[in-house]
Amino acid sequence: MTPEQIHSALAAKFGESVGALQPPNKDPWVEVKAPALREVCAFLKSDPELHFDCLMNLSTVDWPKKNQIHVVYHLFSYEKRHAFVLKVLLDRAAPALASVEPVWKSADWLEREQYDLMGVQFDGHPDLRRIMLPDDWVGHPLRKDYAEQADYHHISTTRESPLDGFVRLDEMTKRAAAAAAEEKTKSAPPAAAPTTQAAAATGAETPAPKTELPQ
Amino acid sequence: MTEPRRAPETPTMEMTSNKEVLRRIEYTGDMLLNMGPQHPSTHGVINFLVQTDGEVMKRAIPEVGYLHRSIEKIGERCTYNGFMPYTDRVDYIAAMFANQGWAMAVERLLGLQVPRRAEFCRVIACELNRISSHLISVGTMAMDIGAVTPFPYALREREFINDLLEELCGARLTYNYLRIGGVAFDLPSGYEDKVSTFLDHFEKILDEFNRLITYNEIFIKRLAHLAPIPAQMAIDYCLVGPNLRASGMSFDVRKALPYSVYPDFEFDVPVGKGEVGTPGDAWDRFWCRVEEMRQSCRILRQALAQLPKDTAIMGKVPRKIKIPEGTEAYSRIESARGDMQYYVVAGPGENAHRVKIRTGSFTAMGIIDALSRGLMIADLVALIASLDVVAPEIDR
Repeated sequence: MTPEQIHSALAAKFGESVGALQPPNKDPWVEVKAPALREVCAFLKSDPELHFDCLMNLSTVDWPKKNQIHVVYHLFSYEKRHAFVLKVLLDRAAPALASVEPVWKSADWLEREQYDLMGVQFDGHPDLRRIMLPDDWVGHPLRKDYAEQADYHHISTTRESPLDGFVRLDEMTKRAAAAAAEEKTKSAPPAAAPTTQAAAATGAETPAPKTELPQ
Repeated sequence: MTEPRRAPETPTMEMTSNKEVLRRIEYTGDMLLNMGPQHPSTHGVINFLVQTDGEVMKRAIPEVGYLHRSIEKIGERCTYNGFMPYTDRVDYIAAMFANQGWAMAVERLLGLQVPRRAEFCRVIACELNRISSHLISVGTMAMDIGAVTPFPYALREREFINDLLEELCGARLTYNYLRIGGVAFDLPSGYEDKVSTFLDHFEKILDEFNRLITYNEIFIKRLAHLAPIPAQMAIDYCLVGPNLRASGMSFDVRKALPYSVYPDFEFDVPVGKGEVGTPGDAWDRFWCRVEEMRQSCRILRQALAQLPKDTAIMGKVPRKIKIPEGTEAYSRIESARGDMQYYVVAGPGENAHRVKIRTGSFTAMGIIDALSRGLMIADLVALIASLDVVAPEIDR
């Protein structure tokens, strides 16, 4: 079935809980109101015409500008070979929606991942806990305003760059030469200047002043 | 030095601890063991919390995340081109596919056409990589259950492929070969002959490998009827790739939703039939991988024969890739570990707003808890190996 047909089947059954088809994107998607999600998903799976037997992917997108978190469901039907995309738009402050784990078992780990990294609460999930990060980690890293904690169990999460204050060798030589020249102009009496000029005039080379490299 | 970044004072949500999990398993006098995270046969840094009664497991709970490098977050910070080397690290055994998934997702965002020769280069590189990945998989699986001999045989063949890929792109593991809109390098001169010489050699080795291990009496007795996955369960848990096909479901993204130049090639999709045991058992998953290597050889031969003579290997890619904010693309490719999917939402600048990578190993790990009930501990090792999970691909 085409996305248009799937959408009209959904709109006929659920009315206002299902938004309009968004065709400008490469993969058209449909917004579903959060309270109706579980029923919509159960219908999509059980209806013999639609028969979406697989939840392929569950992702979340953080939109601080819109103050929203989008939960995106990529569905696929192995029998009918068609795909469909559902989106639930949640409030950013307290994102919570019903778990679809009773409908598709693959949602178990996919929802845990999004809970861990984005902080979306899936009500009715059998085992909602962090999956990637340690259980006592603070914050949800995929949020756009996430700030990493400074240390974790006294292990610093940042480190000083070993290159801080590093000066290249040729830069060091240059600086040493400049310092030596400055030293010389300060200490040398102005009377010494004519002799150098005289030496230059006679063609005699004055030995270059030896500058010591800093250790 | 910059000011250290501070986390918010109050955690946003209540945490559940590991102890909570232990408490959930009611106390029955069983043993609770940690298998991993440095166990040699868990294929990377994975921990299994095993509740056992003697040798029989009641449950094995996979604990993952030890290799989490937040590649998805890195993808939001890098430019589209700059993210390509990071995708290698998603699955370092089969890096070429992660490259291709990312390239295809961004090409889809841009509406870009890839030159035909570049597509052939991609197919040749990917199929070589598929063979090398499956060699590691079948070799380590045999080793995990005690047959040490096949592993060096498999690694020896993999060395040839590593050499071939090194000649192609300069790297033996993390290739960074694909580019958005094409490939980085054309095939070197004489490459076709080298690959076909390798294929002549390798097809004979595959028969030898089958005699050595696949149809070995002890091996069959060890794996037949072990942890069979019915097709319906495999779909429900979203198993993909060889794991799904071993359960009797004939689905290959290259066939079902053709991409690149795969429609031009003839190949079969090996499906597990329960030849020596139950359909979808561990032996079927092993056999599917061995057969897929043979099919990859077929694809490679056809790709070499049909290789276009034109020289363009890069499409017309803008110097700065800018995509209207909020545009989305989804790409599906058949990786060595199955259906690999990228979901990309474009950001305002030159980088993505969100990158989500759905990998085969991640969903394969999710089924282990359900399958482990009532298995022997030694069979858990065979089960993990037969599902061909790779730790970095689970954690990303």
